Amino acid sequence: MSNIVLETKNLVKRFGGFAATNDVSLKVEKGARQALIGPNGAGKTTLINLLTGVLEPSSGTVILNGEDITRLPSHQRVHRGIVRTFQINQLFNEMTPLQSLALVVSNQLGIGARLWQALGRDPRVGERCDALLKQFHLDDVQDQKVGLLAYGKRRQLEIATALACAPKVLLLDEPVAGVPEGERQEVFDIVNALPAEVTVLLIEHDMDLVFNFAKTVSVLVNGALFAEGDVKGISSDPRVKAVYLGEGHHG
Amino acid sequence: MNSAASLAAGRRWRVWEFPLLAVLLASWFVLPGQALLLNEIAILALFALSLDLILGYAGIISLGHAAFFGTGAYTAALFAKHVMPDPLVGMVVAIAAAALLGAISSVLVMRGSDLARLMITLGVAAILFELANKLDFTGGADGLQGVTIGPLLGRFEFDLYGRTGYAYSLVLLIIGILIARRLMASPFGWSLQAIRDNRLRAAAIGLNVDVRLGVVYIIAAAMAGAAGALLAQTTGFASLDGLDFHRSADVMLVVVIGGAGWLWGGVLGALAFKLIQTVLSTWTPQYWTFWLGLFLVVLVMVGREKFLRPWTWWKRS
Repeated sequence: MSNIVLETKNLVKRFGGFAATNDVSLKVEKGARQALIGPNGAGKTTLINLLTGVLEPSSGTVILNGEDITRLPSHQRVHRGIVRTFQINQLFNEMTPLQSLALVVSNQLGIGARLWQALGRDPRVGERCDALLKQFHLDDVQDQKVGLLAYGKRRQLEIATALACAPKVLLLDEPVAGVPEGERQEVFDIVNALPAEVTVLLIEHDMDLVFNFAKTVSVLVNGALFAEGDVKGISSDPRVKAVYLGEGHHG
Repeated sequence: MNSAASLAAGRRWRVWEFPLLAVLLASWFVLPGQALLLNEIAILALFALSLDLILGYAGIISLGHAAFFGTGAYTAALFAKHVMPDPLVGMVVAIAAAALLGAISSVLVMRGSDLARLMITLGVAAILFELANKLDFTGGADGLQGVTIGPLLGRFEFDLYGRTGYAYSLVLLIIGILIARRLMASPFGWSLQAIRDNRLRAAAIGLNVDVRLGVVYIIAAAMAGAAGALLAQTTGFASLDGLDFHRSADVMLVVVIGGAGWLWGGVLGALAFKLIQTVLSTWTPQYWTFWLGLFLVVLVMVGREKFLRPWTWWKRS
């Protein structure tokens, strides 16, 4: 049996004449800590949108655990364990962090469609929320409206929301964008502490962050896979350096 | 406070909710002479509550909610006329008919933008209006008049003063509030708010957005149908007015006045709307909508919070 959990075959996404994703064939092994890097506009987020069903590819296939999920709607992919975070926070602004997480946890427990029993009536929901709120330092603001929280807290909630879905494959789209330098490591510590069988695909613009976290790295340039390899190989690859230096080395 | 306790506190009844319920119940005893007006208010409140479920909670903007109100009204009247006069059986049938229409039209409102939904809901209501206008069995422009409704529970006749009618409407309104309250405190109810806040993320946490919106649309349609059936049964009359555009617009105003997304907005909004309408139309029968319009503009510009606290009007914020 193959050890590949997530795979794309010749994935293409065109917007008019522009190919945002250009013939990408990517393989992610089970339990991998893989990074997907590339300069601005390389099509990283588009690829995530294709993997999670936000966008439909122009051609090509997405395969999860050997099953073709190319046409599967977003919410069904989540039930199969593929969960993402967003580069720009996508939160429920009128709800509190606790309510948001309680909803996600209920859904994950399979009681999210209950009409007649109140949210949190099931004791497992409260327990799981307690743990998540504490882990992400949200317990002090759990009852405040999400829309009014400080950016750092909202960012933590963004990631907590994804982890509350109990992902088997977690796609992190620039998880520490906008997070203060000192708190970044903590976010990665939480991600690193995930069980070994959880697969993590990290999308990052900043190369230094990636090299501390990932074991394997794929480089995306102009929508196409440009290079793949282990951290050492990629970080010393002159072509990769050129791509990054060529666009003026941000980050 | 831990999560379980905090969530439990959030769904507990608020202190002010008990007096509000008590006032509703007391109104039947205290104001027997106003039963006809109060009946109208209770029906409008139930109708507004149903709109609040889709507008305030799920964020579906509808300008054709009267489609379900009118369907409920016509179904109740036709049922009483042709099948049997018992009001409770008629109510169940009317609710079922409105829910069925809700199920059919929910497919249309699941997808698309706010603007598309606005047009679709408007269109569905307009189609029904013209059907009722054209068809013979609905009585056309005359409506269905002089429908005889049997006594409630086989004992209480609907009287001219509307006392029985108001009791009937009031009980259904309170049942509606209790049901809505329970539904909106459930994971399902919260998922609607999540969808309203961020549809993209709602799907990304595994919610089937289309199905959830469809379900709440059907529930709201059923409740609006109940309100329409109440009107037909307590007045013995169903007319095109029940499907008219102004009814969809009025109920939207009621929810805006009372505040969307907290259930009591429908009740308080209906009370405010009907009182304003009654007072103004007595004072200036022809031009009362001018003042209503002015009131709405001021309310929205100032904001409800501030509007209800006159002592803060001249304070610098």
